[in-house]
Amino acid sequence: MEFAELIKTPRADNVVLHRPFHPAVEGTLCLTGHHLIFSSRRQDNAEELWLLHSNIDSIEKRFVGSLGTIVIKCKDLRIIQLDIPGMEECLNIASSIEALSTLDSVTLMYPFFYRPMFEVLEDGWSSFLLEQEFELLSSVTNEWRLSCVNKEFSVCPSYPPVVIVPKCIDDEALRKVALFRHGGRFPVLSYYHKKNGMAMMRSSQPLTGTNGRRCKEDEKLINATLRSGRRGFVIDTRPLNVAQQARAKGGGFEQEVHYPQWRRIHKYIERFNILQESFIKLVEACNDQSHNMDRWLSKLEASNWLTHIKELLTAACLAAQCIDREGASVLVHGSEGTDSTLQVTSLAQIILDPRCRTIRGFEALLVREWLQAGHPFQQRCAQSAYSNSKQKWEAPVFLLFLECVWQIHRQFPCSFEFNEQFLILLFEHAYASQFGTFLGNNENERAKLKLPQKTMSLWSWVNRPEELSRFQNPLYEANSLVIWPSVAPQSLQLWEGVFLRWNRPSKFLEEAEEERINIIRYNKELQAKVNTLRRQLAEMETDEEVQ
Amino acid sequence: MEHIRMPKVENVRLLDRLSSRRAVVGTLYLTATHVIFVENGSETRKETWVLHSQISSIEKQATTATGCPLLIRCKNFQVIQLVIPQERDCHDVYISLIRLARPVKYEELYCFSFNPKLDKEEREQGWKLVDLNEEYNRMGVPNNYWQISDVNRDYGVCDSYPTEIYVPKSATAHIIVGSSKFRSRRRFPALSYYCKGNNASICRSSQPLSGFSARCLEDEQMLQAIRKANPGSDFIYVVDTRPKLNAMANRAAGKGYENEDNYSNIKFQFIGIENIHVMRNSLQKMLEVCELKSPSMSDFLWGLENSGWLKHIKAIMDAGIFIAKAVAEEGVSVLVHCSDGWDRTAQVCSVASLLLDPYYRTMKGFMVLIEKDWVSFGHKFNHRYGNLDGDPKEISPVIDQFIECVWQLMEQFPCAFEFNERFLIHIQHHIYSCQFGNFLCNSQKERRELKIKERTYSLWAHLWKNRADYLNPLYRSDHSQTQGTLHPQIAPCNFLYKFWSGMYNRFEKGLHPRQSVTDYLMAVKEETQQLEEELEVLQERLANLQKSQSGDNKVKSKQQDQSKQIGLYTSNNTLANTPQEYSNDLKSFPSRSPSQGDEEDSALILTQDNLKSSDPDLSANSDQESGVEDLSCRSPSGGGCLPSEDSGKDSDEAVFLAG
Repeated sequence: MEFAELIKTPRADNVVLHRPFHPAVEGTLCLTGHHLIFSSRRQDNAEELWLLHSNIDSIEKRFVGSLGTIVIKCKDLRIIQLDIPGMEECLNIASSIEALSTLDSVTLMYPFFYRPMFEVLEDGWSSFLLEQEFELLSSVTNEWRLSCVNKEFSVCPSYPPVVIVPKCIDDEALRKVALFRHGGRFPVLSYYHKKNGMAMMRSSQPLTGTNGRRCKEDEKLINATLRSGRRGFVIDTRPLNVAQQARAKGGGFEQEVHYPQWRRIHKYIERFNILQESFIKLVEACNDQSHNMDRWLSKLEASNWLTHIKELLTAACLAAQCIDREGASVLVHGSEGTDSTLQVTSLAQIILDPRCRTIRGFEALLVREWLQAGHPFQQRCAQSAYSNSKQKWEAPVFLLFLECVWQIHRQFPCSFEFNEQFLILLFEHAYASQFGTFLGNNENERAKLKLPQKTMSLWSWVNRPEELSRFQNPLYEANSLVIWPSVAPQSLQLWEGVFLRWNRPSKFLEEAEEERINIIRYNKELQAKVNTLRRQLAEMETDEEVQ
Repeated sequence: MEHIRMPKVENVRLLDRLSSRRAVVGTLYLTATHVIFVENGSETRKETWVLHSQISSIEKQATTATGCPLLIRCKNFQVIQLVIPQERDCHDVYISLIRLARPVKYEELYCFSFNPKLDKEEREQGWKLVDLNEEYNRMGVPNNYWQISDVNRDYGVCDSYPTEIYVPKSATAHIIVGSSKFRSRRRFPALSYYCKGNNASICRSSQPLSGFSARCLEDEQMLQAIRKANPGSDFIYVVDTRPKLNAMANRAAGKGYENEDNYSNIKFQFIGIENIHVMRNSLQKMLEVCELKSPSMSDFLWGLENSGWLKHIKAIMDAGIFIAKAVAEEGVSVLVHCSDGWDRTAQVCSVASLLLDPYYRTMKGFMVLIEKDWVSFGHKFNHRYGNLDGDPKEISPVIDQFIECVWQLMEQFPCAFEFNERFLIHIQHHIYSCQFGNFLCNSQKERRELKIKERTYSLWAHLWKNRADYLNPLYRSDHSQTQGTLHPQIAPCNFLYKFWSGMYNRFEKGLHPRQSVTDYLMAVKEETQQLEEELEVLQERLANLQKSQSGDNKVKSKQQDQSKQIGLYTSNNTLANTPQEYSNDLKSFPSRSPSQGDEEDSALILTQDNLKSSDPDLSANSDQESGVEDLSCRSPSGGGCLPSEDSGKDSDEAVFLAG
């Protein structure tokens, strides 16, 4: 297909761009296969806006006489308005944007066309391999092994080709366990707590059904993570009644009779459509320009967004607490094991593992616990909060996770190597990107699409020193301890950086960040100077003594 | 002392509000000024000190098998739950505290016995730190339009006003006195803020006694005089900060508001801020939400909305923004009043001044602002904050709301204020503590009669001495945010009004961010300063060394002593905290892990080690405010009121609880 067929009016002049907190600008609008480009004509302040079509969530058009107005609502929650003279031009442009922002085929997406203008220092597609992770693990324990049972994606289509499992469980047993778990997602290692040797595993629900099917290999597999005489916890992210109902559909949960060494805790985490609705309501509240305080608070409350944040953080803290404080191994799952399960296991690692609070470690966590673990990014992030179309599989699961990280970050502002901007960047790229990282729903699909060969990885770009410097937290000091966040409502706040990002003047907050950076930079410069001088003096003084 | 029935009770348990399982046993002492709880245990012996004047309510609850519970709520939002073994003891403590918390004479208040060991001269110097004459001069008055009036020199015209008052030059004594007779409690229009740049001013008064039709020529002349004092504008705004309905109801009582037809060239405007009773109830409701044991997000947000608190804060801010805009952008003078002109008027005038003038955003300027708009103009501190036993209906968190407005502005303009959140919290604390004389009584007249300045100390001097603790590291006097007028956003979606947990859950440290960016940056800045000094020394030495080619051992040994060992970012971030109760399910789990260390059980919030603090005044609160313990590696910049690192660490741990 040629994009040109979809673009009837590639260019319009005298277009006026409106954005909150910016003066209106007049300029020229151009449409290309993947971008909407607006450039102002003013000589003194030439300004360009590049918007990926894939970032456009919804578009509305209206007319006053022959002046058309298009309101574009983006997946990153920004809203812009374009006034386009000429009814025909406006209609053409609107229908082109509509078509180009809703292309069906993945291979028509921008990442397949994007050619980087920077030198690739390190191929992000191979920056974070499970083999490296396993090597690290092997240096502290020999109780685990790498299994290639899923090499052809035949045992579990949503798992990566290699996984880490208890050493005493062979591939044959894994195949059997896979048949006993929803979607073949058998329990695998998610995190190993070096401090006490406890493990966090994740899986999907067991397929016990109504007649209480059991699978000896499954029991053996998860029992292999227990020390003799000790117990473990199963954290089920569904309420008990939902877990019980799941049995009618062939699903279920670990029953005490067959898993006597495990104690099950149900911690309810909301699922997709409810989350998507909550997201839509919250964004609506944030765009309400009314000056009424009560209305704002009641809308915020009615969205339930912060409730979901609190529930999720609580579940993650509980998992971490079981491991670190109770000294127990943990298995986490919900139904499919691709959403709430991953939220819990990854957040627990942020709390427990200082490495996950570094930039590189956080990237590795995302690759391991989200991308390789088969979170269906393409389905979940197909639409954002402005979409009018009927939702199918969309849900802000990843955004909720990022916000929880932000909440912990806010409580421990000196313990993270990255800053808020890094989290916002990840949110943006999960929804629309020039990079192939978040395309596809699992490793299987990514392999079929040949993403590593055909697209650029986000990590190739972001890990270059010049980009990285924008995402570093100036206050960072490595903190080797477990960080326990407060989950009390008083401690949780709306993530203004995402939800009020386009609605508030950011100047004063940016200036504050600049001050923080400057204070620390100046301190470091002085330290360097003082150290040099000290050395110089010491040398001169020894020279003197020698004389 | 005669009110203390029971000076000491042993085996009292101090409960942790967040978890009953973290109670500690100790001894309770009642002294003439404080309630003191000393934890048992040979090593820590932590102490919790509460000033009687901070106590807002004492509740004796039904006796249980373990003893008789006593709940003490404080005006600085501390909540203390004690369990006393014997019902009889508990009753005695209760009766004693009821009396001690409600003194009937000013002389009973702590400031008359508090002695920071300063000599007379230092005390006098302290009182001179904030000088309102100097402040009016700084504003640019007296000048061609404004003069000082001595009409109230013996408080003869208005006993709640100060003696020295600025009025328009054209307002004769006759006009002032005439106008005062037409105003509630004779609080006639007087200057609050003068804008040097464009001659626009903010004046304040009480409501006119207009009833349904009454007029007063002198009052009309007075307003005209205010307009004439600003030649650049042909009208003034009259802002009534009450809801219209309230103002109308006042007309029936012979009070009311200005009739635009009777006054030439005024524009009249209502800005609905609710009265002190609504505000008192609103705070009460919000504190109930803060006290919920483990509220869900909905409970909390619904409760916050239902309390109306943030709506009221926004109303005050909106009024301040309106006035600042009128003065700065339109160049129009404003007369502000409410009913008596000492509550809402004080809030609104001071918010507007703060927005208009960067000076009030400095530490010194903020003290001046409170002294000007609140203390000197007769804000009834004694009645509003219940220092002496009185009518509970007079109590209302009026200045608390102003302080919160400042905090909300600090959130929006992080570089605009020279001081930090701790400064605001300490001022709030001392408005209630009665440890310093500044906020005693209801008016300047009463304070002079009591000879406050001769008999007590000034809070401003105390804060100024410790100013290093109160600095905002992001403040630079040459920064753009510290210049000119602030223009805050007003819609909730543009500017998030937040719940201030640092104030209202102040003593529950576990709810706050566990690392303080402010303290961290202050420590960095302090280190930077040391580095600058060292750099200079090193450069000098290097130059000397280069000059003197031959060896000079004498210099060298001296230099080695000088060189400071500066610990850079090497020390460990000892951020040890413990988990909260994330689930009830864990409790019933049979195999409790042995890893549950003592450290979680020994700690206790709301305590401090008095032995380490020479300054008893802040003993009850200073620990909670400074101790972010990852900073323990850094030297705190301050004086005596900063706590020891140990206690910070312990109180930090206490808040979380292993299930």
